[in-house]
Amino acid sequence: MSTVVYIPRDAGALSLGAELVATAVITEAKKRNLGLRVIRNGSRGIYSLEPLVEVQTANGRLAYGPVTVADVASLFDANFLTGGAHRLSQGPSEEIPYLKSQQRLTFERVGVIDPTDIADYVAHGGYRGLRNALALEPVAIVQAVLESGLRGRGGAAFPTGIKWKTTADQAADQKYVTCNADEGDSGTFADRMLMEGDPLMLVEGMTIAGVAVGATQGFVYLRAEYPHAQKILNEAIASAYRMGYLGNDVLGSGKRFDLEVRMGAGAYICGEETSMLESLEGRRGEVRVRPPLPAIKGLFGKPTIVNNVISLASVPVILDKGAEFYKSFGTGKSRGTLPIQLAGNVKNGGLIERAFGVTLKELLYDYGGGSASGRPIRAVQVGGPLGAYIPAGQFDTPVDYEALSGIGALLGHGGIVAFDDTVDMAVMARYAMEFCAIESCGKCTPCRIGSTRGVEILDKILQGVATDQNVALLEELCETMLNGSLCGLGGMTPFPVQSALKYFPEDFRRAPAKGTRTAQGMR
Amino acid sequence: MQALAPSQQEVVLRVVTAMKSRPGPLLEVLHGVQDTLGFVPPAAIALIAEELNLSRAEVHGVVTFYHHFRKHPPGRHTVQVCRAESCQAMGAEALVAHAKRKLGVGFEQTTADGQFSLDAVYCLGNCACSPAVMIDGDLFGRVTPQSFDALIAELTPK
Repeated sequence: MSTVVYIPRDAGALSLGAELVATAVITEAKKRNLGLRVIRNGSRGIYSLEPLVEVQTANGRLAYGPVTVADVASLFDANFLTGGAHRLSQGPSEEIPYLKSQQRLTFERVGVIDPTDIADYVAHGGYRGLRNALALEPVAIVQAVLESGLRGRGGAAFPTGIKWKTTADQAADQKYVTCNADEGDSGTFADRMLMEGDPLMLVEGMTIAGVAVGATQGFVYLRAEYPHAQKILNEAIASAYRMGYLGNDVLGSGKRFDLEVRMGAGAYICGEETSMLESLEGRRGEVRVRPPLPAIKGLFGKPTIVNNVISLASVPVILDKGAEFYKSFGTGKSRGTLPIQLAGNVKNGGLIERAFGVTLKELLYDYGGGSASGRPIRAVQVGGPLGAYIPAGQFDTPVDYEALSGIGALLGHGGIVAFDDTVDMAVMARYAMEFCAIESCGKCTPCRIGSTRGVEILDKILQGVATDQNVALLEELCETMLNGSLCGLGGMTPFPVQSALKYFPEDFRRAPAKGTRTAQGMR
Repeated sequence: MQALAPSQQEVVLRVVTAMKSRPGPLLEVLHGVQDTLGFVPPAAIALIAEELNLSRAEVHGVVTFYHHFRKHPPGRHTVQVCRAESCQAMGAEALVAHAKRKLGVGFEQTTADGQFSLDAVYCLGNCACSPAVMIDGDLFGRVTPQSFDALIAELTPK
C-alpha cells in the first residue's frame, strides 16, 4: 500500500509554494520508485509552517514544515515517508503546540481531510448533523440553533436562530438560504480556509438551513478575490449532488435543496447583507433600507436567510452534538468557539479556534510569537477596516463580543491585525477614510462625500496644517458619518479614526511640513 | 466608442444565451464576457441590455459599480498588489511604490508593451502571509521587492 502524504491546496499554502512542493514530492517519489498518494488537504492554519507536509505513518500523522522544493530530496533521504527525523520535523501534527491548545469545532476537519471527498468527510463525522436534522421537525432544528446561542460570525453577531425563526415563520412559495462569503475585511481568512479545507461543512450547514426554514434554493455569494475557494467549493458541491446530498431528494427525505456559487465582483460593500442581495439579483450593490428585513423580504422579494460562512458551518456541529454541547463553550452571551485570525505584523500568523474569552495578549504573544519585525507591537486592529485600533495597554482584553464592545471596539469577523511601533496612526486613519471613499456604494451622503472630506482633512493634519482645528473638524465629521449612514460602512468607518485619535493623539500633533502654508485660514 | 467586433459580439451573445434564464443574470453575464474577452467592451453594453431586457443605464451602472469589471483590454498578465491593513503592517506601501516603479505604470494602467496591468486590491485573504500579490489568479505571500522582481522576470518575454 502506498503511503499517504498530505500537501495543502489552501490558497495561503499555495502562496508559499505548496504547488511546487507537491510536484517535487511526486517527481522525487517516482525517481526513487516509491509508492505514495498525495492528498491535497486544507491548511492547519499555522502559516509559519506552510507549506506543511504531513505523512500518514504507523505512529499517526507526522508533520514537516515549512518545506521548500530544495528540501524535498533531503526529506526522502531522511525517510520521511516512514517518519524519519529531519531538520523540518514538527512531530505528530496534532501535538504541535499551536494546534494542541485550540478547541476546534468548526475547523475540526480543516487540514485533516480531503476537502472534496465525501467518504472522507463522512468518515470524520460529516453529515451526521444533516441526518439528525432530517429526522426532526423543522421547528426543532430552528430551536436547536436558537438554544445553542450561535451568533452571526460575519461581524454583526445577530443571533442566527432568530433569523432562521423569522424566515421559517413566513408563508411563501419560495424561500432562499444565502451564504455571505464576501470576506472582505483585511486580516480575515477563516471563511476562505473553511471553504478550501472543509467546504462540505458549509454545504451541509446550508442544507440544514434549507430544511429548517423550508427553502429549496441556496446561493453562496463568493468574492472574486477567492478563485481557489471557488474551484474547491464547486468541486464539493458537484460531489454532494453526485452522492445525493443535494438535489431534489436530499438523502431520500423527499426534500429538495439546490445550491450554487455566485461570484462577487470586487465590491467590499457587498459583504453588507442587503447590498449582497442586490448584487445576487444582478444589480449595483447598493444598500437597502431595512425594514423589511431580508428574513421577511430578501432575495427577489422572498424570505431569505443571510448568514456568514462560519455561522452556517457551525450548524452541523450543533445538530450533531446538540445545542448544549455547543453552548458549553464560551462565556456570557458569547457562546461557542470563535475562529480567530491572527495577521499583519506577527511572527506566527494563522487561524486559532478557541472558546470565547482568550485575551489579545495570549493571542499575540503565546500564539503569534510577537511581531514579525521583532519590534514592539504598538496597536492591533480587531474586526477589519471598520474595527477600532486597540493600544498595547489594553491587550489584556478578552476576545468576546461584550468585552470588546466594553472598550469601544468590536469583534467583527474575528480578524486581528498587528502593527509594530513604526506605524503612523494618522496615516492609518487616513487610509480608513480612503477605503470608505473607494468602497462606498454612494447611497448615503455622509459616507459618499464625508469619506472624501475625511481624506482631505487628514491630508492637512499629515502636513501639520492647523492640526487642532482639523482634528476638531474630523471628530465632527466622524459623528455625522456615524449617525447619518444606513449601513456599517459609513457608520463604522469612524471607529478606526476615532480610536486612533483617542489612543494615539501624539501621531496627529504634527509640526507643519516644510514648504506648506501656515495654519491661518487653511480650514 | 469602438464598435463591437463580430467575434466579440458572438461571445457576448453566446454568454447571454447561456445565462439569461437564470435568476438575476447580469453579474453572471458580465463575468462570462470578461472571463472570455478579458474585459467588458463598452460597446457590449447596449447588446447585453437588449438581450436581458434591461436599460443601457442599468447595465452601465452595474459595470461601473464593481471594481472587478474592466472597461479596457488588460495586459497579458494582471498583477494585483494588496494594500489593505494587514499587508500595510508588513510593508505593502513600499511594495506598491516598488511595483509602480518596476513596471513604470500606476494602478489601473498597462505597460506600454502590453505585458502587465497593475491593480490595487483590498484583501486577498492571505493576511497571515502579508504582503500578498496575485498574478493571473495565482497567489503569492510574504512578497518582497526582490521576490516581486523575480515573479515579473519569470513572466517577461526574453
